Amino acid sequence: MESLFLRTAATLIVPLQIGLSVFLLLRGHNEPGGGFIGGLVCAAAILLWGISRDFPTARRLMRLHPTTLIGLGVLTAVGSGLAGSLLGLSFLTGVWAGSIPWLPFVGEVKLGTPLYFDIGVYLTVIGVITQIAFALEEAD
Amino acid sequence: MTLRPDILIALPLALPFATAALLILLRRWVRLQSAVSVLGAALLFADGIALTAAVERAGILTMQSGRWIAPFGITLVADRLAAIMVLVTGFVALMTTLYAVADIPERQTRAGMQPVIHLLVAGVCGAFLTGDLFNLFVWFEVMLMASFVLLALGARAGHLGGAVKYLVLNFLSSGLFLTALGLLYGKVGTLNMADMAVKLRGGDETRLALAAGSLLLISFAIKAGVFPLFSWLPASYHTAPIAVSALFAGLLTKVGVYALLRAYTLFFALDHGWFGPILLIASVLTMAVGVLGAAAQYEIRRILSWHIISQIGYMTLGIALFTQHALAATVFYVIHHIVVKTNLFFLSGAIEQSAGSDRLSRIGGLYRAYTLLAWLFFIPAFSLGGIPPLSGFFAKFALLRAGFEVGAYFALAVGLLVGALTLFSMTKIWAEVFWKEAPEEAPPPRRVAPLRLLPIACMALTTLAISLYPQPLLRYSEAAGAQLHDSSVYIRAVLGKEAAP
Repeated sequence: MESLFLRTAATLIVPLQIGLSVFLLLRGHNEPGGGFIGGLVCAAAILLWGISRDFPTARRLMRLHPTTLIGLGVLTAVGSGLAGSLLGLSFLTGVWAGSIPWLPFVGEVKLGTPLYFDIGVYLTVIGVITQIAFALEEAD
Repeated sequence: MTLRPDILIALPLALPFATAALLILLRRWVRLQSAVSVLGAALLFADGIALTAAVERAGILTMQSGRWIAPFGITLVADRLAAIMVLVTGFVALMTTLYAVADIPERQTRAGMQPVIHLLVAGVCGAFLTGDLFNLFVWFEVMLMASFVLLALGARAGHLGGAVKYLVLNFLSSGLFLTALGLLYGKVGTLNMADMAVKLRGGDETRLALAAGSLLLISFAIKAGVFPLFSWLPASYHTAPIAVSALFAGLLTKVGVYALLRAYTLFFALDHGWFGPILLIASVLTMAVGVLGAAAQYEIRRILSWHIISQIGYMTLGIALFTQHALAATVFYVIHHIVVKTNLFFLSGAIEQSAGSDRLSRIGGLYRAYTLLAWLFFIPAFSLGGIPPLSGFFAKFALLRAGFEVGAYFALAVGLLVGALTLFSMTKIWAEVFWKEAPEEAPPPRRVAPLRLLPIACMALTTLAISLYPQPLLRYSEAAGAQLHDSSVYIRAVLGKEAAP
């Protein structure tokens, strides 16, 4: 099912999609976006790559196994919750550590456990979606 | 670095999730994975002990997660009941992960059995600790997803029918729960259970609260396996690997009972005249139908599954009577039953491994061949039957005494009769498995792996300890019952401290 159009388009679209997913992830704390939606967009990019070329390539593109991503993601999210506890605050309390004043497109990015939590969600969502898609693809 | 004592409430949620994530990362190294799994469960158990001790010392502990003050954020609450439930959950998780090392074949371990067990435990602990009704729903879903994965991973071909029945009925329960949540939120505008209880108490529109309460009652009754909504339980529990079905048998229905206890003491108590008789009749029928269903079964795990239902009836009976002593009896009953029932499922696995079958007709003569196993079986089985001085006797005795105080004689008569039939059922297993001559085609009994016997022995010793020295647990349940009966203590613990500047 090779299509030259799809292949060429994917070469252009996939980097944009991945850029968009990071953009969504970073602005998500106060504006529409966030780890979940960012993860979906990133997973869609990987799958588009897989459809336009082939799935083994897409798997290699990910470097990490989807299941590993799920594990890392959940661990990151739990860690961000516990950070508050370790500093003598309640579980899941946001702890802030400065900010990056300006990034292209995004503007100011505040660094802290909520962002860290979002990254965990981002990784988990990518892992889950690609895991399901790869399994379905193999079953075909 | 100063830790607040409320980290004890956060850890039962954080630990299982972190353990599950670690186990996913370690999935290639099966031995290391098993070790981490057992360690994670042991830490949860330790946290449960510390939490129970803290609650006993300082009264109800609360934690406003993310420092969002109640009733706006999600409050985690550990009263006496929740704390000891976490403790018992930790114990069962530890025993199950130990048993799973020997029980679950490597293929299923690689497919991710161990991490999902911890996710299930996270859901159970979350349901016990949350003080927020919507959050309770979320934990139910976590539990449901994890349990469905466990059933599907473990099921042999042709057994998925039970898992589907399980899924459909539990989804129905979730749907009803969500509808009730919507009604209640629309009426009182809060999801914090304590806040809800306060607002319902002052409310004038009782009909809507009654409707929402009835939906909640049905939803939780499905989870608990109360008559007539129990059919998912005997259809599914015997299909999974032993470690998994033991975990289900011990914990899942008890989460339903816990939710009933919590909802009854906070919301339903206002309309005790409406909910009391319904739950009383349902409890009596649950006891009777469960035990009669068990009498018709001839496979050990099916018999045990039906007995879960019948025993649930005793626990909800305590809720329906709704006196301080009856609630205390329910708390004691739940704890005694979790330990005993999980162990009986472990034992059914050990018997199957030793005799090569789960059918009573194909087993026999194990007493002579394997006396140790017989005595290990004797303790939980006859504790379930309520033989003094085992723990089941104290559980039933406390419930009967509470029933006499309010004059619920019919329910008590049924309870006694069902107790006798339970004993008959356990005697049936005992006589068939251990006393009867081995059938001719039966293979010679094999030794059971020590790693399987270890959790069985630990749980039997726990039952024995509760039996010979029941005072501490009875006293603890009595105090838990008092805390549940007077819900203002709970409400003040959640809302009061934060409301006062």
